[in-house]
Amino acid sequence: MLDETDRRILRQYQHDPGMGPAELAERAAVTPATCARRLERMRAAGIIRANRAVIDWRALGYEVEVSLRVALDKTQPRAFDEFTAAAREVPEVVEIQTFLGRVDLRLYVIARDMAHYQHLYRSAILPLPHIADIEALMHVARIKSDEVLPV
Amino acid sequence: MTELDDTDRRILRALVADATQSASALGRRLGLSQPAVWRRIRRLRSEGVIAGQRLDLDRERLGFGVTVFLGVKLATKGRVSLDDFERAVSAIPEVQTVEHILGLFDYRLRVVARDIADFERVLRRRIMTLPGVGDVEANVLLSEERRPGPIG
Repeated sequence: MLDETDRRILRQYQHDPGMGPAELAERAAVTPATCARRLERMRAAGIIRANRAVIDWRALGYEVEVSLRVALDKTQPRAFDEFTAAAREVPEVVEIQTFLGRVDLRLYVIARDMAHYQHLYRSAILPLPHIADIEALMHVARIKSDEVLPV
Repeated sequence: MTELDDTDRRILRALVADATQSASALGRRLGLSQPAVWRRIRRLRSEGVIAGQRLDLDRERLGFGVTVFLGVKLATKGRVSLDDFERAVSAIPEVQTVEHILGLFDYRLRVVARDIADFERVLRRRIMTLPGVGDVEANVLLSEERRPGPIG
């Protein structure tokens, strides 16, 4: 289990994952050797899975972000598997989430503009198998997106 | 807008998997010189294609067993400013993301909790007491998968 030192390192590291090891150790108030050892242990235990680059799709010309809330036809026993397998083949689908609730799945889709989105929706999304209902929510702005865990 | 070539895409894919790799290690893997990789990474960062880094943690191993997406509709638009709502909701530690959306709801929140009882506490004490909050719909996350996107 984690102790207070591990938590302090994780808190600092989450807030600025671009920090180098020396700076992280200093902010977490531990020696560089302790910091490196703790990080290595948390990686080995699978607590830290990766430190990933975040891509800004807008900078690559993808101006439109849409969340598609999908309800599936649950009379089909393989609806979830077949739907997700087909959705994975659409490059503009950047996230697939499954839920317990009124919504079964959410696809997070990016497009260059509304015309491109319209094209994707007709040619790649609507043909996905076993859709019972689908609702689109347009993203206006991201207010908070750091996904920091309150450890 | 930045145009990418195949080498840029390979570098981006590698950095999404592990952003801590050095330019020389990446160069060896991709068959490029260290300065060539370094120049491309610098360009991707300065043009904002690489917006930053994110620590990918195993939520469950850290004791956060439940993730819930809340669709929130504001009840008293006009009377409560969006700024006040956004400031208050962003300050809640259990709220990981806040998105302003158009459609059925006004906002979507991603909330983490230790278990369902803990989630109920966050919902009742923190979310339902926010200024202007109206209808709330909850969907419990079962699984999520991030895809490489159109650089794959």
